[in-house]
Amino acid sequence: MCCLTKSGKILTDVDSLRSEIRDKSVRVIDVRRENDYKQDHIPTAVNLPLANLLSDDSPERVLKLVNSMGIDDETSVVVYDDTFGALASRVAWTLEYLGHSNVTLLETTYSHWKSLGLENDSKTPEIQSKEHSMHLRSEILATSDYLESAKTRDDVILIDNRERLNFLEQHIPGAISLPYRTLASNDHILRSKDDMKRLFDNRGITGNSEIITYCGSVGTLSGLAYYALKSVGLPNTKLYVRSFKEWKNLQKPTEKQEDASYWDLSAE
Amino acid sequence: MTISDLGQSSPESVKPKINWARIEETDNFANTVKLFRQGKYDEDSFRRFRLQHGAYGTRMTGDYAMVRIKLPAGEIYPHQFEKISQLSEQYSIGSAHFSTRENIQLHWVILEDVSEIFRGLAEVGLTSREACGNSVRNVMCSPLSGVCSDEEFDATPYALATARFFLRNPMAQNLPRKFKFNFTCCEKHGMVRMVDVGLIPQIREIDGSSQRGFKIFLGGGLGNKSYVGHQLEEFTPEEDLLYTSIAVMRIFDRLGDRKNLARNRMRYLVNDMGWEKFQNLVFKERAIVRATQSIITQLDVDTTPDEIKHPIRITDESGSLTPDGYARWLKTNTVKQKQSDYRSVFITLEAGDITANQLNALGNLIRDFSSEGKARCGFVQNVALRYVLEDDLPRLYSKLLEVGLAKSGALTMTAPIGCSGTTSCNLALTNSHRLAKEIQRKFLELRLDEDDDLSDSSIKISGCPNSCGQHGIATIGFFGGGARVGKDMYPNYQMSLGGRSDGETMLGEICLRIPAKRVIPVILKIIEVFKDRKKSGDTLKSWIHRIVNGNEDSDIKSINDIKKILEPLVIPPTKEEDPDFYLDYGSDTSYHTKTGKGECAA
Ligand code: HEM
Ligand code: SF4
Repeated sequence: MCCLTKSGKILTDVDSLRSEIRDKSVRVIDVRRENDYKQDHIPTAVNLPLANLLSDDSPERVLKLVNSMGIDDETSVVVYDDTFGALASRVAWTLEYLGHSNVTLLETTYSHWKSLGLENDSKTPEIQSKEHSMHLRSEILATSDYLESAKTRDDVILIDNRERLNFLEQHIPGAISLPYRTLASNDHILRSKDDMKRLFDNRGITGNSEIITYCGSVGTLSGLAYYALKSVGLPNTKLYVRSFKEWKNLQKPTEKQEDASYWDLSAE
Repeated sequence: MTISDLGQSSPESVKPKINWARIEETDNFANTVKLFRQGKYDEDSFRRFRLQHGAYGTRMTGDYAMVRIKLPAGEIYPHQFEKISQLSEQYSIGSAHFSTRENIQLHWVILEDVSEIFRGLAEVGLTSREACGNSVRNVMCSPLSGVCSDEEFDATPYALATARFFLRNPMAQNLPRKFKFNFTCCEKHGMVRMVDVGLIPQIREIDGSSQRGFKIFLGGGLGNKSYVGHQLEEFTPEEDLLYTSIAVMRIFDRLGDRKNLARNRMRYLVNDMGWEKFQNLVFKERAIVRATQSIITQLDVDTTPDEIKHPIRITDESGSLTPDGYARWLKTNTVKQKQSDYRSVFITLEAGDITANQLNALGNLIRDFSSEGKARCGFVQNVALRYVLEDDLPRLYSKLLEVGLAKSGALTMTAPIGCSGTTSCNLALTNSHRLAKEIQRKFLELRLDEDDDLSDSSIKISGCPNSCGQHGIATIGFFGGGARVGKDMYPNYQMSLGGRSDGETMLGEICLRIPAKRVIPVILKIIEVFKDRKKSGDTLKSWIHRIVNGNEDSDIKSINDIKKILEPLVIPPTKEEDPDFYLDYGSDTSYHTKTGKGECAA
């Protein structure tokens, strides 16, 4: 199943990926930790642990990483993780931001891939470095300053993708809560297009509004939401990639649900 | 090929016999919410609509709802647990709540997402329809029905048939107030005198043949003012069960007070009219119902017995060591069934709360351990796995340990009930929910669950006088309020003693107001006073029962005597001496009472 949007595919399904691997027409990125990758992974995948990317995600560094993974402007890239697609999304978004237009997410997680009995191995592929260009797509990035001014417009929807209790406890004023768990369905990292559309419609997330997503700290959960929004063809979406952690560090205003001890309802 | 084609087959689940859901209610709800938000639906009609579909309002906000999922007769199947687990992660707070009336509740749900929950529930045949509002609420049945050694027959099929008959029935869409049915197994396990209609199964021998029927109690209930129900007649044969229910509802529908919200439960009608008059009215109405039903209306009671089949396991059965704590858990959480070799296992929760992971784990535990392949909700914010082979108990205990569900004390005083209180309820004055958890943690630490003198007592806590926490029928009951010293407020509870809901049902007697932070020491003091005076064979419950009935001959003869002993414990310190005294549990800001619009009709 692929979700075609104006800007192209969001997801790559299991079968397409297998045939692309056979045809050697794809660069697969595994964003799990190095040890997990070494044990086994999807054949031909290279490893880019998210932590490695995050240690310095300046465009210059990302460009080097991308080159070293043998990716040029034309390379078709599929990213996967074992964390319901959130880490993969963050990496995919980073490539997009760099100006890479041909990147998709595997429709499912690595655990599920394995549970289906699909091929995996522990070989690290030989990679020939390539040259990627840099055309930063600032229209998909929200900075704190940008967010602060955008928030004052009423055609902007700000979405918080953390869990509900965290949202109730503290959030950016005006945000709506859409926990990342809402976006998946059973074994797929994203719901089907119809399901997703209905969910967003009910929430008034439609039409031509500009949409900004954020989460707790590094833009993973909200990265997944970024792709969820794109999967239903909502074109004008930005990721506040430094998210709530930065917002709080900058001591910008926050809001909470007052007068209720909701935490005491949760079981441990 | 897609993922779904490849999908693994999950272990076989027993399938429910009844589908309670209607998928079309999903879109209808979503559309109505949209119209309401666009201002095309007025506040009151929307509220009625929302409640009819099982969504309550939430404390201090119109943006969130609580969805109350009905589990008729308390039955719940593995795949339903798994679905509710998923829904709680997606739309709620990653936890769910077992209520006292065999519902599972999802809190802090965004109003616009409620229809998505309905959709998920419909996939597994569940509904929240008529879980709130002026309708027939979830029909309860004892978690031990079918396995209780004191019961005359299993009332479960009758409870299910009653639920099925009234759900979406036009007759039950606009009652003066909510209407509750409780079926039970025997006098001891259940709450038949504290509900609109309570039923105990009975068998009568006539001319050598035996006939099934019920002992029916009418007009009881807890609330701001509570009443004990009356027995309608010696024996109501099963053919008359539905006629009687319809008759009672028709009388309530016709005569119930539709103006005065605070006094419109049926118990007020019974009380105002007097029992004998009401009773006669029921007999007359029943005769009319019997005569005027054009075709014979009978409940569709499905009495085909459930299949009892020991689950086949692939896992290794070889003897691992029985973990510590097993004996204590076995004693305080399990009940022998009338079927030899089987026990029912009650899971200890904290005030009914359970995580999404735990709910999910229960699915497989049922498949692996329950020979009936489903679970039953209890009456005290808990859930039971039944038909567990005694030989399997140590292994089940180990599995429960792994998921944090192996706490002891489920069937003892150490598992108090706490309504939602300030965690989500608009009417709450105190955090009754957290207080119940604090008591439980403390009492388990003190190992009070192992004390046979305490096990048949109960502690129940409501966050305001409305009794959702059922304090009136607790051995030691509390309801919340605020109190003040000068300008400083602190959370306070009215304590009552001696309530019970068994064959000798009575409401607790008011004793004394106890500040929230003194509740635990006060209960411990009561236990100490009891221990000093207990006679052989006494339990805390029987001792308090003697006192409230004026039959105790020690120096403590009345509730007033207990009050005198406790009074020194409840004197408020100054704010400087003990600032914590002025805070409610779970809060670090100064205490004040604040309430919103209650949806009591709800
Ligand atoms: C005047 C208003 C209300 C009255 C008289 C009332 C009455 C009751 C009673 C008597 C019960 C105990 C179950 C039974 O034995 O029937 C109950 C249960 C319950 N009620 Fe209410 N209720 C009121 C308002 C509310 C409100 C506003 C909420 C919050 C949304 C609420 C939530 C609950 C819950 C959650 C339970 C189950 C207890 C638990 O397990 O948490 N009630 N209610
Ligand atoms: S007893 Fe009061 S505080 Fe508790 S749930 Fe009922 S109305 Fe709310």
